[in-house]
Amino acid sequence: MLKDITLGQYFPGNSILHKLDPRMKIFLIIIYIVTIFAANNPVSFVLVLASAFVLMFLSKIPAKLILGGLKAVFFIMAFTAVINIFWTTGEHLLVDVGFIKIYAEGIEYAVFMIVRVISLIIGSSVLLTYTTSPIALTDGLERVLAPLKVLHIPVHEFSMMMTIALRFIPTLIEETDKIISAQKARGADFSSGNLMQRAKALIPVMVPLFVSAFHRADELAVAMECRCYRGGEGRTRMTQLHYHTRDFLMLGALLLFMAVVIVLNFVF
Amino acid sequence: MSNYIIEAENLCFSYKSEDGTALPVIKNLTFGIEAGSFVAILGHNGSGKSTLAKLCNMILTPDSGKLRVGGVDVTDENLTEDDIYNLRRKIGMVFQNPDNQLVATIVEEDIAFGPENLGIAPGEIRRRVDDALRAVNMTEFARHSPSQLSGGQKQRIAIAGIIAMLPDCIIFDESTAMLDPIGRAEVMETIERLNREKGITVLLITHYMDEALRADRVMVMNRGELFLDDTPRRVFSQVDKLKSVGLDVPQVTDLVNRLRTEAGFAIPADILHSAEAVEILAKLYHEIGGKH
Repeated sequence: MLKDITLGQYFPGNSILHKLDPRMKIFLIIIYIVTIFAANNPVSFVLVLASAFVLMFLSKIPAKLILGGLKAVFFIMAFTAVINIFWTTGEHLLVDVGFIKIYAEGIEYAVFMIVRVISLIIGSSVLLTYTTSPIALTDGLERVLAPLKVLHIPVHEFSMMMTIALRFIPTLIEETDKIISAQKARGADFSSGNLMQRAKALIPVMVPLFVSAFHRADELAVAMECRCYRGGEGRTRMTQLHYHTRDFLMLGALLLFMAVVIVLNFVF
Repeated sequence: MSNYIIEAENLCFSYKSEDGTALPVIKNLTFGIEAGSFVAILGHNGSGKSTLAKLCNMILTPDSGKLRVGGVDVTDENLTEDDIYNLRRKIGMVFQNPDNQLVATIVEEDIAFGPENLGIAPGEIRRRVDDALRAVNMTEFARHSPSQLSGGQKQRIAIAGIIAMLPDCIIFDESTAMLDPIGRAEVMETIERLNREKGITVLLITHYMDEALRADRVMVMNRGELFLDDTPRRVFSQVDKLKSVGLDVPQVTDLVNRLRTEAGFAIPADILHSAEAVEILAKLYHEIGGKH
């Protein structure tokens, strides 16, 4: 049952977005987020929304999957929209019923916020989470953040921890499954009672799981030492990342898009 | 210059228990492992066989005595971190639980882990990884995740990860103990091939008799001491001696031995393989068949 859990949301594919260099994708997503927040007029917002759909199209990931992801933030969107509608004041009063005053600016603002959130989610998910495998993402982050080593930030160590965590998630899930089955076979009940009782029933699962996790950590450390691991110093990598033409094309396209949005701010 | 890759002289090691008393695990051990040989170390739990492996790889340091591994004196106090590093490159180690040895989420990335630590150029790592994958017959699984593999396959990946560091010797610390029979057969076959084709010295720590049989030489450990040290044939013909230290002999050897001692048939004691036994028993049957 626990095996069905998917890690992250990586959706394997072969689109241009999948093939982009993970380092470039991290830069792209930063540019994209800046652009979204730079937009402040209706024309830019139409463009931003359109760009999100263009990215979605480029990723070749089923729209249903991505739009489904929006459901999770529906409440936040509705909440922001309502607040903006009722609390924004402006010059054009539309509705005035007692204490409720709705201004045209409020509605405009609410729509903008929704467009921002939608574009942000679609953009970041198709640029990064759906199209980048966790391992490539970790790798990309390590390399992008490598200059921070000068400030004594243990970039390599963090990325190693991430890799090991990713490596052990399926192993620990399998183990949890085994422990649960073993406890069930001895009459443990995980599925009845209220929330507190169920949570309590999980303690006999957590204890052996933690014990075994520490045991594994110890063995892994010895095994890593035997394979000559001694930190990031002097380490090379088999897979070398190379920027391709497509990486620069995407960068160019996104920078151009950002420029257009910023120029539009002055026009309107 | 001796031809020994591992050489121990009066080696002693003890674990310290919490109340400070020393618990001797290795007592006065003297032996030598020849380069290129295939040696099995047998012994039941607590006989000190795994501790011996950890001493060879400098995970533990001996209390007294001499231990030279790959020409490096492990007991030398002036040993630098680089010396230890070089030693570990030459003496690879494969452990019991395949899950707790694999680091990366992709098979080939994991095999590259060792060479990456050694600071080898990317192109060369690629070549070594491909060679190592071929050596363990796992080429088609290069891009898989270890969690998709069977126990035997995972252990072969762990072996490949060691091979990629181009070691002179590999110590297998009960590497087949957690595997099913198919997995064990796969791993044993890989180990034998590495020894034969690549000339890698193999130190196989095990408690399976049938695995020890395949070695050139069997060292039997008992309570931290070397109990027997000979060819498999001569070690396993000493059935009573082995049984006295709580070890079993291969089934066939046991059968032949009982036919010899209990039923009084005149047959050799050093039968290790069922094919040999069949031949001898058939002959025996023909001989006595005429009389009855």
